[in-house]
Amino acid sequence: MKYDVDSNGYYGQFGGAFIPEMLYPNIEELREQYLKIIEKESFKAEFDDLLKQYVGRPTPLYFAKRLSEKYKAKIYLKREDLCHTGAHKVNNTIGQILLAKALNKQKIIAETGAGQHGVATATVCALMGMECIVYMGEVDMARQRPNVERMRLLGAEVVPAKSGSRTLKDATNEAMRHWISNPTDTHYIIGSVVGPHPYPDMVARFQSVISAEIRTQLSSLEGRALPDKIIACVGGGSNAAGAFYHYLNDERVELIAVEAAGKGNESGKSAATTVLGKPGVLHGSKTLLMQTEDGQVVEPYSISAGLDYPGIGPIHAHLFDVGRVKFESATDQEAMEAGVELSRLEGIIPAIESAHALAALSKLELKADEIIVINLSGRGDKDLETYIKWGKY
Amino acid sequence: MQLEAYYMNRINKLFNEKSSGILSVYYTAGFPNIDDTLSITQHLQSAGADMVEIGIPFSDPVADGPTIQESNQKALDNGMTLKLLFEQLKGLRESVDIPVILMGYINPVIQFGLKDFCKACQEVGVDGLILPDLPVLEYQEHYQSTFQQYGLKNVFLISPQTSEDRIKHIDSISDSFIYMVSSAGTTGAKDKFSKENMTYFQRIKDMELNNPTLTGFGISNHTTFEQATQTSSGAIVGSAFIKTITNSTDLKKDVHEFVKRLTGLRGTN
Ligand SMILES: Cc1ncc(COP(=O)(O)O)c(C=O)c1O
Repeated sequence: MKYDVDSNGYYGQFGGAFIPEMLYPNIEELREQYLKIIEKESFKAEFDDLLKQYVGRPTPLYFAKRLSEKYKAKIYLKREDLCHTGAHKVNNTIGQILLAKALNKQKIIAETGAGQHGVATATVCALMGMECIVYMGEVDMARQRPNVERMRLLGAEVVPAKSGSRTLKDATNEAMRHWISNPTDTHYIIGSVVGPHPYPDMVARFQSVISAEIRTQLSSLEGRALPDKIIACVGGGSNAAGAFYHYLNDERVELIAVEAAGKGNESGKSAATTVLGKPGVLHGSKTLLMQTEDGQVVEPYSISAGLDYPGIGPIHAHLFDVGRVKFESATDQEAMEAGVELSRLEGIIPAIESAHALAALSKLELKADEIIVINLSGRGDKDLETYIKWGKY
Repeated sequence: MQLEAYYMNRINKLFNEKSSGILSVYYTAGFPNIDDTLSITQHLQSAGADMVEIGIPFSDPVADGPTIQESNQKALDNGMTLKLLFEQLKGLRESVDIPVILMGYINPVIQFGLKDFCKACQEVGVDGLILPDLPVLEYQEHYQSTFQQYGLKNVFLISPQTSEDRIKHIDSISDSFIYMVSSAGTTGAKDKFSKENMTYFQRIKDMELNNPTLTGFGISNHTTFEQATQTSSGAIVGSAFIKTITNSTDLKKDVHEFVKRLTGLRGTN
């Protein structure tokens, strides 16, 4: 298909596998095996069964009546917030833990920013009885205390990343270093559509269940599989990749990705990679990257820890480049207001990441009767502290 | 001197002249102080090091352990950039004749511009490059011809996990030396190599590759230096050297003592 990854792991000019030679055997093993494993009937059956019985899929495609009235369009929310553990992240960790088992790995490592991917990884490790180490920036550990304790309660070891800026990108560095030091018995569960090939494609495939369900659900609700617009937030881009996946070739469906603009794209405190980034290489792939003229990676900023990443997955860099996906950005303030609005209108407190997607509603020109699907990637329980600090509700 | 040898890349010349006990030292440009880059190179040469690897600092050095990470961060905090490094190295070949390699991650090179980077390397007299996150295939497709055009040797890494076929392939596309990573891990100092490490060193030696090898990662003292040099042409030292110069108040003295301690003898004045 037109937007698929090529055999060298590239989406157009983005992607690849820029990894130290020490990791070559691991990445090569994954590259050779991942499709063989995940396309096996027995794998699919086990994956589907866990998604159904354990994660609680399919998640509802909920018609948000009061939100629709306000924005004068037909707005559906894809309720990933109702997944076990509270976000879409678990779709990927279920897939990858099954893959790790098929590859005979005994130990799991992961990186996490807000802690959602860390929790989703710790969860599936508990489920499968596997040892789990999660790297988390020291700064993020202090900001996201409850998730640190959730991971520990689930039996994972949480290791503070103390290097660099001590946030998500440094946690990713530490996880890669751990993998370099433990190459044979360990699988690294990356949490978004980032990293060296085949990770971006693999994670996108596991998350693609989101758009597969939207197609079926919308068909039965509206008599058509294609909405007019799909909106999703982008940190690394896994929930967006999942929500867009089965619509990429339906060019009449407008796909909209929303990045975090922090305190504004001109403020020096933003995480809007397509606005502020240039092509570069980080964490194993060539993609759009926020960096200095000298090629040093710049620390992004967003109120939402899950969107606080200096790059985006190579698939999104490509979809941006060729114009298939339209990129918007929402500031902290716009996202917080959208989060409060959804809470009041629909009784759903969204994750602040997902609130960025909701914030796009007031930026777009909507036609009456247009069908819009917003991917509600997670719930706001983890963000209560931030909502309280924000205070304006 | 024969004309052929005169035009020969300094790295090849070194390995032609010396097949064991080679000492190559890594340090980060702009560390501990921003203006130390060139003087450390000079001290290393006078202390008897055979080759130097100057690190281009990067914000996210994934193949490096804590010591080199911290030196990278310090250098960046000092204001080090790739542009500045080439400025600092402008007079390099007036005082230094041992081979000089730049070691760093690919992103700063991409931002500098591949051609401009290679040209600047050639102008200041850099002989080779070690870019751990530039994979073999990518090198062959997009970098090799430019590197060659500017006379730069690209040095590849191998590790205990690298398959025999892949080592042979890497050997076939190398024309200087192969960097043998001592064990599974990032850079960092070790006291001693295990039996397992030594078995791997011997296995590589027995492959009788076309290119010589240097052993790196974990070399920190005379013991590890000797162990490395038994099965390869020599050793690469990084973290242990960085530790030595971190709080140095007399760089010349400390560099000389370091080389002496490691090799057991060298050091001229
Ligand atoms: C609820 C939620 N949405 C979105 C994201 C952003 O990640 P991605 O862009 O990979 O979906 C996160 C990351 O932590 C998250 O927790």
